[in-house]
Amino acid sequence: MSQLVCKNIVIAYEKENVVDDFSMEVEKGDYISVIGENGTGKSSLLKGILGIIPLKSGVVTFSDGVKRNNIGYLSQQNPMQMDFPASCYEVVLSGCLTRKGIVPWFSKSEKEKALKSMEKLGITELIHKSFSELSGGQRQRVLLARALCATDKIIFLDEPITGLDPIACRDFYNVIEKLNKEMGITIIMITHDVDNALKYSNKVLHMHKYKYFFGNKSDYLEKGKCTEECMCENHKKGGIK
Amino acid sequence: MADFFNEIANMFSYSFMVRAIFIGGLVALCAALLGVILVLKRYSMIGDGLSHVSFGAMAIGLAFNQAPLYVAIPVVIVAAYLLLRVSENSKIKGDAAIGLISSSSIAIGIIVNTLSKGTNIDLNSYMFGSILAIGKDDSILCIVLGIIILVGFIYFYHYIFAITFDENFAKATGIKVEIYKTLLAVLTALTIVIGMRIMGTLLISSLIIFPAVTSMRLFKKFKSVLAASVVVAMISYFTGMTASYMLEIPSGASIVVCNLIIFIVAGITAKIKRG
Repeated sequence: MSQLVCKNIVIAYEKENVVDDFSMEVEKGDYISVIGENGTGKSSLLKGILGIIPLKSGVVTFSDGVKRNNIGYLSQQNPMQMDFPASCYEVVLSGCLTRKGIVPWFSKSEKEKALKSMEKLGITELIHKSFSELSGGQRQRVLLARALCATDKIIFLDEPITGLDPIACRDFYNVIEKLNKEMGITIIMITHDVDNALKYSNKVLHMHKYKYFFGNKSDYLEKGKCTEECMCENHKKGGIK
Repeated sequence: MADFFNEIANMFSYSFMVRAIFIGGLVALCAALLGVILVLKRYSMIGDGLSHVSFGAMAIGLAFNQAPLYVAIPVVIVAAYLLLRVSENSKIKGDAAIGLISSSSIAIGIIVNTLSKGTNIDLNSYMFGSILAIGKDDSILCIVLGIIILVGFIYFYHYIFAITFDENFAKATGIKVEIYKTLLAVLTALTIVIGMRIMGTLLISSLIIFPAVTSMRLFKKFKSVLAASVVVAMISYFTGMTASYMLEIPSGASIVVCNLIIFIVAGITAKIKRG
């Protein structure tokens, strides 16, 4: 059963369609790498699916136990966050917000959830550190721990490894793989790092201008890597008009 | 020394002083909390814009013989909502929008004030504040509003933190971000309207910006920053008020200068600590 179905999504800024007639189905446990040139609407697609920006038309349906309020998301790194005065614990705990009741404070179980998420990602020792004092890799782990507080089903990541050094990068891929394999969390990750994308994921979404490829990694390696201009039947039409 | 305490005791013997100190302290407290959010969200000039709108609205209210607070509150709430919206998705940039709204409000306020010969508001007290501005009738309303702001802030604290730290994440996880942003706009508007009578149109934004910026120099956790911001605001407010009474200088200006001194001290302390 699929966790997420996108049907004929159109996203537009002003009058220009950034994503045009996009459809896909995501199964539980999928690890999808979203690749493609800048400006092909990868981030917009993710934001559209998550409801951060409005869809012009089309339908996004979450099913199989996934609801709007148990989705994890790592946005592109936000420079405003770099000097934000908050402890890592405060940041992670904020991921529990959607499960908080009407009392104005977090319950014991939510606090435990936050501690467990930090434990899973090996960042327990950062708990009292300020978010603004972390390295890039540590920062991404903290944000991932926050996502884990919000969901145990599906996480969307938008270029999470940009700006990380090679070691932090490798660690990050290992963590994601662990979440995917051991916890069965569905991963949808935008990345420019095609080598690692093909190494770890089981499905590939390649966004081009005017078209996109979505399918299994093996299919992609066989026939997906067409040139930008081709409009063969392996590619669906869509993307920027 | 005995003289000093006598003076302080003297200060509290005037009922208008007690009123001003209590209500002003409440406003400073609210502004210190909201200020941290507004500064972090890069919205700090909104407070300045709103105080100008409040000036215009009060002038119009007086011209039509209405209680100025009752006119100003709804107008400023609407303006706050619009400014928060404009600063994200619009062709006019947020800072330019604030500039437009500020000067237009002042202009309209002054024209209305000049044309309506019957009322003769003291422009000086509106611009720079006056501890006499809040009368007995207004004080109950101000206290009630102050308590609403505090309770609202504390009750929705975790939501306010989440939308300040990462609006997109909050949106993606299904939190109604728009509702909490509107709440923030309303709370800010109320703080400005009550505060500008004492602090003045031109100086009220200092209550929002100074304590937040000062405490962020010294602390790196959200709760500590909020707590420090409140402490800084209280110290500078009461010191400022006392100085104003003793030296017979305008209270708003005196509070701003106290804030400035604490800010400089905090800046130096932070530098030394970092080495």
